[in-house]
Amino acid sequence: MTEYEPVIGLEVHAQLMTKSKIFCGCSAEFGAAPNTRTCPVCLGMPGVLPVLNRTVVEFAVKMALATRCRINLMSNFARKNYFYPDLPKGYQISQYALPLAEKGYVDIETDAGEKRIGLIRIHIEEDAGKLVHDEHMPSSYVDLNRAGVPLIEIVGEPDIRSPEEAALYLRRLHETLVYLEICDGNMEEGSFRCDANISLRPKGREAFGTRAELKNLNSFRHVQRALEYEIKRQAYILESGGEVVQETRLWDDARGVTLSMRSKEEAHDYRYFPDPDLVALHVDEAWIQEVAATLPELPLEKRERFVREYGITPYDAGLLTMTRPLAAYYEEVVRACGKPRPAANWVKGDLLRLLNEDRADIRACPVSAASLGDMICLIEEGAISGKMAKDLIEEMYKTGKSPRTIIEEKGLVQITDEDALARVVDEVIAANPNQLAQYRGGKDKLFGYFVGQVMKATQGKANPQLVNDLLQKRLGP
Amino acid sequence: MELHQLTIHALRDKLRTGEVNAVAVTESVFRRIDAVEDRVHAYIALMRDEALRSAAEADRRIEAGDNEDLCGIPVALKDVLCTAGFRTTSGSRMLRDFVPPYDATAVEALKRAGAVFVGKANMDEFAMGSSTETSWFGVTRNPWDLGRTPGGSSGGAAAAVAADECIASLGSDTGGSIRQPAALCGVVGMKPTYGRVSRFGLIAFASSLDQIGPLTKDVEDCAIMMNAICAHDPKDSTSAKIDVPDYKTFLDRDISGWNVGIPKEYFAEGLDPDVLEAVKRAIGVIEDAGARCVEVTLPHTDYCVAVYCIVSTAEAGSNLARYDGIRYGYRAENVRDLLEVYEKSRSEGFGAEVKRRIMLGTYALSSGYYDAYYKKASQVRARIKEDFAKAFRRCDVILTPTSPTPAFLLGEKINDPLQMYLSDIYTISANLAGIPGISVPCGFSSGGLPIGVQFLAGPFDEGKLMQIAHAYERLAAIERRRPAL
Repeated sequence: MTEYEPVIGLEVHAQLMTKSKIFCGCSAEFGAAPNTRTCPVCLGMPGVLPVLNRTVVEFAVKMALATRCRINLMSNFARKNYFYPDLPKGYQISQYALPLAEKGYVDIETDAGEKRIGLIRIHIEEDAGKLVHDEHMPSSYVDLNRAGVPLIEIVGEPDIRSPEEAALYLRRLHETLVYLEICDGNMEEGSFRCDANISLRPKGREAFGTRAELKNLNSFRHVQRALEYEIKRQAYILESGGEVVQETRLWDDARGVTLSMRSKEEAHDYRYFPDPDLVALHVDEAWIQEVAATLPELPLEKRERFVREYGITPYDAGLLTMTRPLAAYYEEVVRACGKPRPAANWVKGDLLRLLNEDRADIRACPVSAASLGDMICLIEEGAISGKMAKDLIEEMYKTGKSPRTIIEEKGLVQITDEDALARVVDEVIAANPNQLAQYRGGKDKLFGYFVGQVMKATQGKANPQLVNDLLQKRLGP
Repeated sequence: MELHQLTIHALRDKLRTGEVNAVAVTESVFRRIDAVEDRVHAYIALMRDEALRSAAEADRRIEAGDNEDLCGIPVALKDVLCTAGFRTTSGSRMLRDFVPPYDATAVEALKRAGAVFVGKANMDEFAMGSSTETSWFGVTRNPWDLGRTPGGSSGGAAAAVAADECIASLGSDTGGSIRQPAALCGVVGMKPTYGRVSRFGLIAFASSLDQIGPLTKDVEDCAIMMNAICAHDPKDSTSAKIDVPDYKTFLDRDISGWNVGIPKEYFAEGLDPDVLEAVKRAIGVIEDAGARCVEVTLPHTDYCVAVYCIVSTAEAGSNLARYDGIRYGYRAENVRDLLEVYEKSRSEGFGAEVKRRIMLGTYALSSGYYDAYYKKASQVRARIKEDFAKAFRRCDVILTPTSPTPAFLLGEKINDPLQMYLSDIYTISANLAGIPGISVPCGFSSGGLPIGVQFLAGPFDEGKLMQIAHAYERLAAIERRRPAL
């Protein structure tokens, strides 16, 4: 049986978070009542003309810089002609022959090590509107609020060899866009969309096989599942001596299959030509440098710095740099307590768990970074135990109060008085003669039992280190 | 003379001194319209009530000391120019009920200057035609001979000026649509440099060629209209950020010592002998004024019509895709599905010429044909532009006939698209090169039909055109006939 290798290239459409649309002054925000964010320009009325929003160019240049693309100092706009009710002008203004940026790359971390995925181009274009279908009537409605919202299309090289790599690549693009604060990354609302081209070839062969284009991939999971399905489908065809047809296929997530949407013969002829209503787009080197100077530290750089500067594991660094606000929060906690590693544990552990349970964002976290830092200091000082802190952080999260306030209110001070603790330890030993005998008989595990009993007797307030020391002394080796 | 027969500048002088008022001028124009419009049919719609209201407003402005040249002047607008709150059809069934919520920038400029809008002038459907016969709203007749066409596509705008149904008008010119009807109706018509006048609110035919311009009774009026409509417009990305001179300052100036280029390619086969005769006389007048006529060559002239056919139809096919029956405009009844909405609405909403051009344009851009047609045409277009740049190194302006023939008969060319396209043979090059051109009356044919001479200049040299056209008009002293309506 031949072993097949998938060849995958992804096209990502990312909505840019500019205030206004790309060619008119309408608000580009999501979610208003249908057709309320429209004007003659984005409705494609007769005689109106597009005027480019320069912020769109700035945002696109940021992504181009972040992905190491070469930026074309002159690019131009083209019309992509096709009919659809959500496309008011009967053409989409896009870039074709001369895109804004070309030949970049992103690096992903695969199990086999770092891998570079090339970018063919990044270009600017306008989004279309949306059709709303009436389930009870044979009619559809058109909402053009989205028509003219700015997009960048990021076209990747066919460098991806597995669904896992595809997902890693997408996550890398996604986090970069979100880091740059040019795209909100919301896949459900369609701010970040992906189409995939996939073909199979016998392992070791150079030439590509016939590809299918997959659409309707609305989440990272969809992308991965659809690609997995498509690999099986195409492999089955090839193994049974058939030929893969070049076509566009739609992912049906409910059924877990891809379905043919249109064949190559039915493919649109978009009749691209330069848009005569717009002039060439010029950007100059000095301005690109200005934009470059505003770029934030990108996820990969931040990750490397966290490992280097804070001595945390690459894995933890990855978790803590998932979003810019989370990384900023972590760094604030570190500044407050000076303890990077415990800070990493508390943030990625208890804090993220609490936030996840609430589906809350770090920016709305009731526990301030200063409070969390203070709590870590209290542990380090021995004022509270780690175990106490676990309850404390829950309380801090619930009430938003500072750790010291809660400790005071609840009298949660750790017992560090050695004499007092020694008395409790003696009582516990005296009360458990059976266990003592077993322990002495070689059952080492029972040491933990004694620790637990002491903690129980002190309602968790005992300093764990001290309890350990005292028990060691009393129980002997 | 009656008020509607006067020029803008003559009326302006009378309005300023208080000799007449704008309401009286407007009423005079509407009396004239009532008398001749059923024979000429220059208009798709009249704006009688609006006109009288704005005339009254203009009178208040004049009384308050307003000295805008256009304040209170009745002007017609080709129906390709959007007028807020007033139906704008582009001569098409597709837009027969379309009321734009915005004014074209040029319309807005005239409004600000105090112009009084008389009505929306008839035109070839979507400005596609050279005879105003493709209008969904019926043909316009040439005031000089009602059996003949006024030219097109701004035929209504030209006929209205010629028939004194307005004082001046605004048209649009994609391949000669202002200059050719101006020549055929015996009025002055100018196509400015591409980018000189904002295209915002001009219903697009071919975006890289379209330009708005005035049709007037004389060159001074042309300068006045140009002063009002030329400006940079942030709403049009192709609008030029170049200062606009006061075009009136180019009037009454000497042209002695000028070099006037005569392109030999424009005096070849197909030129009507009467037109040739009249243009030769014009050359004589120019020489008498002290200018030197020099032969220049525009070697790619033969390709102009072909390049125009490809570029204009390609852009038109795309520009007209928005008329899909979904959001506004004509929508067919009794359709079963989306495809039928498109097919029927567009089949029924567009006329034959528009459909012909959409098909040509779609073909020219199709996969596998793009390089041979659109790309090649764009390359030749660049050569045509170069031809002019080279020629203007040798001369100040170029002089040519405007149209190869005087007004042709209604129905004469409507079934022969190629013959129709050839009637723009001398005007198309200016659109392809993006340069300004003006047509000025230069006499009459043996059959008593007006003939026009065209002057062309380099980009943004409209001032030079005013200067030579005005000098010519003054010295030629063409007999001031009026059509016998």
